[in-house]
Amino acid sequence: MIGQTIANALITSAFYALVAVGLTLVFGVMKIVNFAHGEFYMLGAYAIYVLYARNSWPYFAALVMGIVLVGILGAVTERIIFRPLRGQLIPGFIASIGLVFILQVAVGRLWGVGKMKRVPAPYKGEVVRVGGVSVDVQRIMVFVGAIVLIAILILFLNRTRIGRALRASAQDATAAALQGISVNRASAIAMLIGCAMAGAAGALMAPVMSVYPYMGGMVIWMAFVIVIIGGQGNLKGAILASALFGFLDTILTTVFDSTISNLLITVFLLVFLAIRPQGLLGHAE
Amino acid sequence: MRNSKTLTTTLVLVVLAVVGAVLPFLLSHYYVDLLTMLFVNIILVSSFRLITIIGDWSLAHLPLMGAGAYASALITGTLGWPFWPSLLLSAIIAGVIALLMSVPLSRTTGFSFFIASYAAGEAMRLCWTRFRQPFGGHTGLANIPDPGSIGAVDFSRPIPYYFLALLITAVCLWLMYRVCRSRIGATFHAIHSQKSLARALGINVVKYKMLVFVIGGFFAGVAGVILVHRMWAISPNQFGFTPTLYLLVWVVFGGTGTFAGPIIGVSVLTLIDQLLDPLAEWLPMFYGAILILTLLFLPEGLEGVPKRLQSWYRRRQDGGKASEDSTTPENVTTEEQD
Repeated sequence: MIGQTIANALITSAFYALVAVGLTLVFGVMKIVNFAHGEFYMLGAYAIYVLYARNSWPYFAALVMGIVLVGILGAVTERIIFRPLRGQLIPGFIASIGLVFILQVAVGRLWGVGKMKRVPAPYKGEVVRVGGVSVDVQRIMVFVGAIVLIAILILFLNRTRIGRALRASAQDATAAALQGISVNRASAIAMLIGCAMAGAAGALMAPVMSVYPYMGGMVIWMAFVIVIIGGQGNLKGAILASALFGFLDTILTTVFDSTISNLLITVFLLVFLAIRPQGLLGHAE
Repeated sequence: MRNSKTLTTTLVLVVLAVVGAVLPFLLSHYYVDLLTMLFVNIILVSSFRLITIIGDWSLAHLPLMGAGAYASALITGTLGWPFWPSLLLSAIIAGVIALLMSVPLSRTTGFSFFIASYAAGEAMRLCWTRFRQPFGGHTGLANIPDPGSIGAVDFSRPIPYYFLALLITAVCLWLMYRVCRSRIGATFHAIHSQKSLARALGINVVKYKMLVFVIGGFFAGVAGVILVHRMWAISPNQFGFTPTLYLLVWVVFGGTGTFAGPIIGVSVLTLIDQLLDPLAEWLPMFYGAILILTLLFLPEGLEGVPKRLQSWYRRRQDGGKASEDSTTPENVTTEEQD
């Protein structure tokens, strides 16, 4: 029982981290709170639904294609919508709400709103049992996929020129621009990567849960909470907070029910913000 | 200049009053109820705009309206009180809840404020969902009493209720306008535009942030009371996140720079709503497009249109040499340069 709860919590944490890391990257570089991040997650799941479940592509080909397409769409929205609003917190947030509406209706019109879509699991019924703990293969893929992608992101940010340019823009956009870093390009790359990671999370989760136009709403608030608690734009903080909330959520849902769990988490968030508004690893302004 | 401006305002108000008095007798009951709901939303956007003056946008406003609605439903329904004391008491309850919320909220700004205000509203909404006694859970409350009648005027009918809502709306708008124009309102503006300066002058920013939130919550509560007594039932979903998004669309579309902006925004969009009724499934997409286009090309919202036309016209006349005319200092405009 305890082993099972820990396994579930680990998988949930990895999933949260995969979504939240992209969100916090975009916030760090552009100072834009992208509410449509949940919709990019939803689009990743739809890529699997359309390519794998309906057009019977191989699962991994659909996964890669989904990640690439969602990333490109993210970069396009950066160019059209977010670039002119960069650095403006409230207009940026509200424009992203507009994007949420547009993407939800577009997907709903294209593939139907009513029924939730079931995607068959690529490895049907295969369950790994270790001791008393049993986890199905798809959830293990979520866990491994999340960790691999986050590791790649961290390597990219620390080891490559572009990655360092991104971090510099996040720290101080003006200083970065003075050093010859194109903030526009950094923003486009941040959106590309951030949205691709949300898409990856959706694509990995698609076989585990139902695919429908409003599924982004389920994850976006948890991702926001994680970004805030971790310290806005702080990657390490976001990963730490993902682990915290992954365990908190799993344990509270196991002990009580999901409504009580949500209630306790929101109250925890309020108390936390009142005491430490800058987040776990953030710095006071 | 000032005189002609007050004259125009008075004229507009007189015309609105006459139209408001005559309109319900020309329309079917469906449209009368629609106008009543428009009044509810007008109080809602105006009280929301009041909070935005100080610089932070709350996502707890719909839940606060719900607090007023639930309070009045319980007071008149379960306790059996009459409508009028319930109106005041429910608004005060919404204000008190806003006060409680503002304790943690006033310590946050920007992104944290969004999330914290959402969490505060959601915590309340989850309580309505979870505790079936007395809130009724997912299905909410039903059989809410109507305001009864005074003499021969029966407020359960659409037209008398319309006038009741009109009267309360007018009083609320007047009160909120007075707040905006008062010293307190000036302080709110000052905190928004010059936070450090305001602090240096000895203004207690946290106190004023709490105050504006409580005033906003009180009027949101009034809107909730008017809403609930025209509906037969209410549920937590009516005060959830989707309606909050629509509130943001109204406010952004109208513009928050002036008192009238959000009111114009909600009125125009309600009208468009009716016209686009056959395309209801596409409506959110249309709203999304409006939101983005407004932010990109008309950051001050609809209220900025006359000024834009004016400056465009003048630029044409002067051959591009016109200087910016700033008659409304509260408008922080970002004029495009070409």
